[in-house]
Amino acid sequence: MSQEKILSSDGIPLEESLKKAERKNKLKAVLLVAPLFLFILIIYIFPIGDMLFRSVDDRMITKMLPKTFIAMEKWDGQDLPDEPVYEGLYEDLSLLKKNKTFGKIIARLNYEKSGFSSLIKKTIRKIDKLEEGNYKEQFIKIHKRWGQSEYLVALKNTAPNWSYAKYLKGVDLKFDEKRNIIQQDEDRRIYKTLWLRTINVAFWVTIFCFILAYPIAHLLATLPMKYSNLLMICVLLPFWTSLLVRTSSWMVLLQQQGPINDLIVWLGWAADDNRPELMYNVIGTFVAMTQILLPFMVLPLYSVMKTISPSLMRAGKSLGGTPLVSFVKIYFPLTIPGIGAGSLLVFILAIGYYITPALVGGASGSLISNNIAYHMKSSLDWAFASALGTMLLVGVLAIYWVYNKLVGIDNIKLG
Amino acid sequence: MSNDHFVRFENVDKSYDGKQLVVKGLNLDIEEGEFVTMLGPSGSGKTTCLMMLAGFETPTNGQIYLDNKVISDIPPHKRGIGMVFQNYALFPHMTVYENLAFPLRVRKIPKDEADKKVDKALSMVSLQGFEARMPMQLSGGQQQRVAVARSLVFDPKLVLMDEPLGALDKNLRESMQYEIKHIHENIGVTVVYVTHDQTEALTMSNRIAVFNDGKVQQLSSPDELYERPVNSFVAEFIGENNTFGGEVIDVSGEKCKVKLNSGIEIMANPIVAKSKGDKTTVSLRPERAIIDPEKDMDNNHKGKIEEVIYHGDHTRLRVDLLGNKDFILKIPNSSNRMDIKEGKEIKIGWNSIDCRALDPK
Repeated sequence: MSQEKILSSDGIPLEESLKKAERKNKLKAVLLVAPLFLFILIIYIFPIGDMLFRSVDDRMITKMLPKTFIAMEKWDGQDLPDEPVYEGLYEDLSLLKKNKTFGKIIARLNYEKSGFSSLIKKTIRKIDKLEEGNYKEQFIKIHKRWGQSEYLVALKNTAPNWSYAKYLKGVDLKFDEKRNIIQQDEDRRIYKTLWLRTINVAFWVTIFCFILAYPIAHLLATLPMKYSNLLMICVLLPFWTSLLVRTSSWMVLLQQQGPINDLIVWLGWAADDNRPELMYNVIGTFVAMTQILLPFMVLPLYSVMKTISPSLMRAGKSLGGTPLVSFVKIYFPLTIPGIGAGSLLVFILAIGYYITPALVGGASGSLISNNIAYHMKSSLDWAFASALGTMLLVGVLAIYWVYNKLVGIDNIKLG
Repeated sequence: MSNDHFVRFENVDKSYDGKQLVVKGLNLDIEEGEFVTMLGPSGSGKTTCLMMLAGFETPTNGQIYLDNKVISDIPPHKRGIGMVFQNYALFPHMTVYENLAFPLRVRKIPKDEADKKVDKALSMVSLQGFEARMPMQLSGGQQQRVAVARSLVFDPKLVLMDEPLGALDKNLRESMQYEIKHIHENIGVTVVYVTHDQTEALTMSNRIAVFNDGKVQQLSSPDELYERPVNSFVAEFIGENNTFGGEVIDVSGEKCKVKLNSGIEIMANPIVAKSKGDKTTVSLRPERAIIDPEKDMDNNHKGKIEEVIYHGDHTRLRVDLLGNKDFILKIPNSSNRMDIKEGKEIKIGWNSIDCRALDPK
């Protein structure tokens, strides 16, 4: 082939004239996509980026105690630091008192080591009375903790701008004073249990959804239109009902004096004075989440089953396969893309589920997202909430990646 | 009760909704080794019959015998009937080899023997070397052949084919027709074939059962069906047909006189309408009517050419004849072409024996 450039009839290179001709279309396409792109950027990509950032951002304290940290660079962290560190502390804290912005630093340092709260409060209260020079002695006089190296080491540990301590906390690990990663104290290890429970609940909810959804989807795909439409409405009806309403109705049904318990007592499976607890534990979470997530399993399965020609099963039978063999060898393998899509969808939704476990889960049925919400709303440790959220996000992406490796994401069919 | 027919439908009724009969009192016998086609318009019950034979539908009434055994209580997978489906129904997640090996594997045939059978079946449809392909990687014609090979690989005595060539283009369809016909001739399997394409039926079959309205209208060999249709529906459905409505006014031996609705009288062959006063539709094949007849013919009439349609090998004329404005004539394309123009009056003649007085429409 010749390397000569092909020209269009007016002598301009063909590539250029094609670009020119396509420019308008491209512009149109960009303009059409722009609103959605901006929308996603503003409400999705930017907040997630911010969340990732928050989880490692530790600059606040660095900015508040600049002189202290500069002075601390020369300190080896073994014995008590020398005078310049205390002088830096004096200047930084005086400034904070003057600007009345010391509230945050107290909270932040108390996260690092309990005892800081009273230490800083007392110091700030008395800081105006200090005389110039020999700050070290005067500080130790205000509070004896200034003479204990562990507090100063803890203070030094907050110096770096970035910290992944929140992530360690998320898996029950922490830094000790010498910056070694160690296990959290026995009585404070809750996150591993929480993660395992979350994964466990998501896994079993996915399994239950699959078991319930497969026959429904099959029925939907094979029934005559007249009946399948009705059934489809029944499947979708929960979709059109508020999540809160659905969860609340489960609360009505599952409570100890509720109809399900009444039925159990009436059937004689349990004594009236010993009604089983179906709610505020993991059972409630399982039941309500399975029901709520069921459509997400039914719909992908249905859309895949709809494409499987009934003549395939007939062919299987006419070739001598019993109905069971035909199902296992022909029908089931063809539904795997739907099973994959539905399971992935349900699992990912379940692993981050919030409202339902919050309402019916109780203590033993609450999941990681409830803990994230707690840190967002109650403890106000946003950095930690962000770290947990990021870990959840990474986990979901990891599942997606594994699925892609095993089954191939192209095999997914959502509808 | 049954005698020596290989397949026998006995008074079979079928209804899906309890209100309408899709198949009405069907009686049909098929001999071993035959190629029988069920031909009919859609909704005529032919596919239903095939499905009942395969076991995917149960007769509402009546019995079906296969090899002198009642098969109503035998589930499809135990009937041992090969089947080719309309859209091939190849298993899309299996290779060609696995598709063909499926019926052998469920029959627990040892692998080396199964390999031989698969190889033989593939060579029958000249697709050796395609074992590892997936069905999606094959063309429509190749998929069709795989489907045929799969239906034959376990040596069934009876193979059912449900419009297997419907999805192919015209040329491929024709070559596949010959191919299936040759396979049938070579291995002597009994084939029941369903189609709505009359050329396909005429090309391939030993006998054709023309279905309409849930009933077999005529069951006979292709030439018989074309030359001697027994009623108006068959005459109309198979090939081209010119019709005149009228009433029999005189019958004498092999001939009868029919007074057409336009008042003119013609001579016809009494087939269904046999006695004086019977209403009738007279049917005449276009190629049996001749322009400017030289010999004596007992029907001689004048018509006006309404339209001339050039078809290459022949020319079609639409003629206004005896009150029928859609009378079709076919003139072969020969060197001594007549002077044919629209609006011209021509003489048309035919023999009364070719002009069959059938039931009125």
